[in-house]
Amino acid sequence: MEKEAKEQESAVGLIITSSPHILKETSIPKIMHTVIMALIPAMAVSIYFFRLRAVIMIVTCTLASMLTEAFFQRLRKRQVTVYDGSAIITGILLALTLPPSFPVFGAVLGAVFAVAIGKQFFGGLGYNIFNPALLGRAFLQATYPVLITTWTEPFAKKGVDAIATATPLALMKFEGKMVPLLDLFFGNTSGSLGETSALAIIIGGLYLRYKGYINWKLPLGYLGAIFVFGGIFWLINPAKYPVPVFHILAGGAMLGAWFMVTDMVTSPVTVLGQWIFVIGAGFLVVIIRLFGGLPEGVMYSILLMNAIVPLLNRWTKPKIFGEVK
Amino acid sequence: MRLKTFKHGIHPPYHKDLAAHKGVERAALPKAVVIPLQQHIGAPCQPLVKRGDAVEEGQKIGEAVAFVTAPVHASISGKVKAVDKHPYPIGGKVVSVTIEGDGSVKEWPETGGALDLGSMSPEALRDAVKAAGIVGMGGAAFPTHVKISPPKDKRIDTVILNGCECEPFLTSDHRVMLEFPEKVLWGMKAIMKVVNAQGAVIGIEENKRDAIDAIERAASSILPEAKVVPLETKYPQGAEKMLIMATVKRKVPVGSLPMDVGVVVNNVGTAAAVYDALMYGKPLIERVVTVSGNSLREPRNLMVRIGTSFKEVLEQCGGLKEDTDIEVISGGPMMGVSQTTLDVPVIKGTSGITVLPGGDLKRDVYRSCIRCASCVEACPMALMPYRLGDLGRVERIEEFKDWGGLSCIECGCCSFVCPSKRPLVQWIRIGKIKVRESERPGTA
Repeated sequence: MEKEAKEQESAVGLIITSSPHILKETSIPKIMHTVIMALIPAMAVSIYFFRLRAVIMIVTCTLASMLTEAFFQRLRKRQVTVYDGSAIITGILLALTLPPSFPVFGAVLGAVFAVAIGKQFFGGLGYNIFNPALLGRAFLQATYPVLITTWTEPFAKKGVDAIATATPLALMKFEGKMVPLLDLFFGNTSGSLGETSALAIIIGGLYLRYKGYINWKLPLGYLGAIFVFGGIFWLINPAKYPVPVFHILAGGAMLGAWFMVTDMVTSPVTVLGQWIFVIGAGFLVVIIRLFGGLPEGVMYSILLMNAIVPLLNRWTKPKIFGEVK
Repeated sequence: MRLKTFKHGIHPPYHKDLAAHKGVERAALPKAVVIPLQQHIGAPCQPLVKRGDAVEEGQKIGEAVAFVTAPVHASISGKVKAVDKHPYPIGGKVVSVTIEGDGSVKEWPETGGALDLGSMSPEALRDAVKAAGIVGMGGAAFPTHVKISPPKDKRIDTVILNGCECEPFLTSDHRVMLEFPEKVLWGMKAIMKVVNAQGAVIGIEENKRDAIDAIERAASSILPEAKVVPLETKYPQGAEKMLIMATVKRKVPVGSLPMDVGVVVNNVGTAAAVYDALMYGKPLIERVVTVSGNSLREPRNLMVRIGTSFKEVLEQCGGLKEDTDIEVISGGPMMGVSQTTLDVPVIKGTSGITVLPGGDLKRDVYRSCIRCASCVEACPMALMPYRLGDLGRVERIEEFKDWGGLSCIECGCCSFVCPSKRPLVQWIRIGKIKVRESERPGTA
C-alpha cells in the first residue's frame, strides 16, 4: 500500500498539497526503531544470563524474520520495507519468548511462520489480526511441545553447563514451590530468554512511554488485571494460590504487557475497547495459569483477545461530539 | 489554574513569534485590485459596474441578491478595467471586478470613541452590517448579517467572540485585539444588541497574554459584563464547536448550529469591522493579513485592501527566499488552501498568507494504517478518522455516514498526527463530497 501522496507542482513552481500542509515529526520506522531500542535491556539481560545461546537465538530469529518479510514483499510486488524495523521486532520478540535451549532450526521455522502466515498472508504490516511473534510461538508450541517446555537454569547462576529445570510457573503449578520474588524481578531464574528479568523489561517499557509510543492503559491495565484476578484467588486460598505479585513477575507477563499487549496493530483504538482488551487478557492469564493444562497463559491470553479487536473497535465506537441518541 | 479547553486536539508548532510582535502597518496602495464577486459559500453578487465606469473607494460594486451573501465594495478609487473571470484563492476562477486605481485615497475619519447604539434599532444595525458587506473574518467568510439573524424561535443568550487564532503562523486576530481592543468591544456590543443577548464571552488562547490584558482593560469601561476566558493553546481551539464547549460548556448537537444552543460566535476581526461600519459607514474594503512562513524574508502584519494580489503583498514582505519548491497558502498551514498562482487577490476571508519551504511539507509516500489510534486520540469531534479515511477513499458512502463522516470539521488533526502519513482528512473530504452528490436529486 505504498503510493505517492497527492502532490503536484503548478506552472510557476509552486507546490500544491491538500491541507494540512504540515505534519508531525513521526513515522513508522521511527516508532519501530524506538521499540527496538526499548528491547535492548531485555536482550542484554538475556545475553548476560544465557550467554551465547541468547545471541544465537536473537540473531537467528531476527534474520529469519527479515528475510521472510523481504521474500514475501517481493513476491507480492510490494516495496521491501525490512528496514522499517517491524520484522526485526517480530524476530527479537519471538526469540525472547523461546527457551534458551531451543534448536536453531525450530527458531527459524517459528520466525518464518510468524512473518509469513502471521503477517504477510494477512496483507503485511497493519493488516494482521494477531501479534506475529506470539503466533510464531504458538505454532512452535504446537509443533515442538516438549522442546518448548524444556528449560535451563541461567548459566550465570550455575556455571557453564546447561542444567535442565522447571520454570517458576511450572514449579508453582505442578510442585507447589515458589521461586523468590527478587530472583524473578532481576531475572536470575529459568524461563524464556527475555522473560526472566522483569526489571529489564520495565526499563524498556518506561523508555517507550517516555517517547510517547505506548499508552499507560495497556501495560498497566493488563498487569493490574492479572494482579487483581490473581489476588482474588490468593485471598480465597493463600495456601494453594500464589501471591499476586508473583503472577505479574513470573513468566511472560511483563514482556507481554510492555511489548505485546501494546502492539499498535493488534490492540483496540478506542479507550473502552482498550480497557476490555487488557482486562479480558489479564483474566485469561490467571485462569489459564491456575486452571488450564499449561503453566503459562500470557501467549494465549493475548492471541485470544487479538481475535476480537476488530469487533471491539466496532462495538466501542466513541460517541461523536454532540451526538444525540 | 487549569485552563479551559476542549477534549482531544493537537499541539502543532505555532511559529507565532515570526509575526506576533509586528504591529499592523498599512500596505502600499495597490495600482490595481481584483475583487471577486463571490468570496464565500452562498450566491455570487450581481455586478453593479461595467468596464469603463469610474468608481470611488467604498462604492458598492456588487449587489447581494440572495439572503446568504454579502455585497462587495471598491477598495480603491479608479476605473473599472474588466468584469470577467479571474483566479481566486479558494480555487478556480470566479467573476471579478478589476479596478485600475487613480492613486487617490479616501479619508475615513477614524476618530475612535464610543458608538452611539441607543439611537439605532437592532434591525437598522443589522442592515448596516449587511450594507457594509461584512463577513466572518476568521477564514470561512460566512456573511455576518446572516449569522446574527436567528429565527424568532431561537433565543440567543450569549455572544461569543473568537480570539483563539489557533492556526500556526497567523497573528492577525492577535494584532487586532492588541491594537484595536475598543473596536472589538464596541462591535461586540452592537452584535449583542442585534441578537438581544445579555451574555458576552471572549475566548482567547493563553499564548496571547498581552491580547487578553488589552481586551480585559478595554472591556472594563466599554462592556463590563464581558467575560474574557483564557483558553489552553491547542489546535483547533478556534473551531466554533470546540470554542463553545470550552467557553460556555455547551455541546452543539450533530447537524445543529450554535444558535440552537443559544450562542452566536463571531471572530474578533469581524467585531472590529462591525464597529468601522457603524461608526464611519466604512464598508469592508481592507483587512489585517498576516504574511508569514519560513520561506518569507520579512514576515509582517499588513492592513491590505481587498483585491490586492498575493504577489504584491509578498513583495512588500521582502519577497520569497526561494522561487521554486515552496508552497504559498491562503490562510494557515492546517486548513489553508495551496495556491497555484500568485495572481490571486486577498479577499475578505484572507486572514493570512503562509509561505512554507518544500522541505517542511509532507512529501512522503504514505504507508498502511497500523491502528496506532493517534488519529482517534486527536479528533476533536471524537470520530474514528482511520476508518472514515478508508471508507471515503473507496467511496463506501453508507458506511461513511454510519461512522459519522458528515460530522468531520476538516481541521486536519488526523492527517497531522498520522505516523503513516496517510492523507486522512483529504479522503474524508472525498467521502463528504460523495455523500452530498448521492443526496442530490437526479443523481444515482
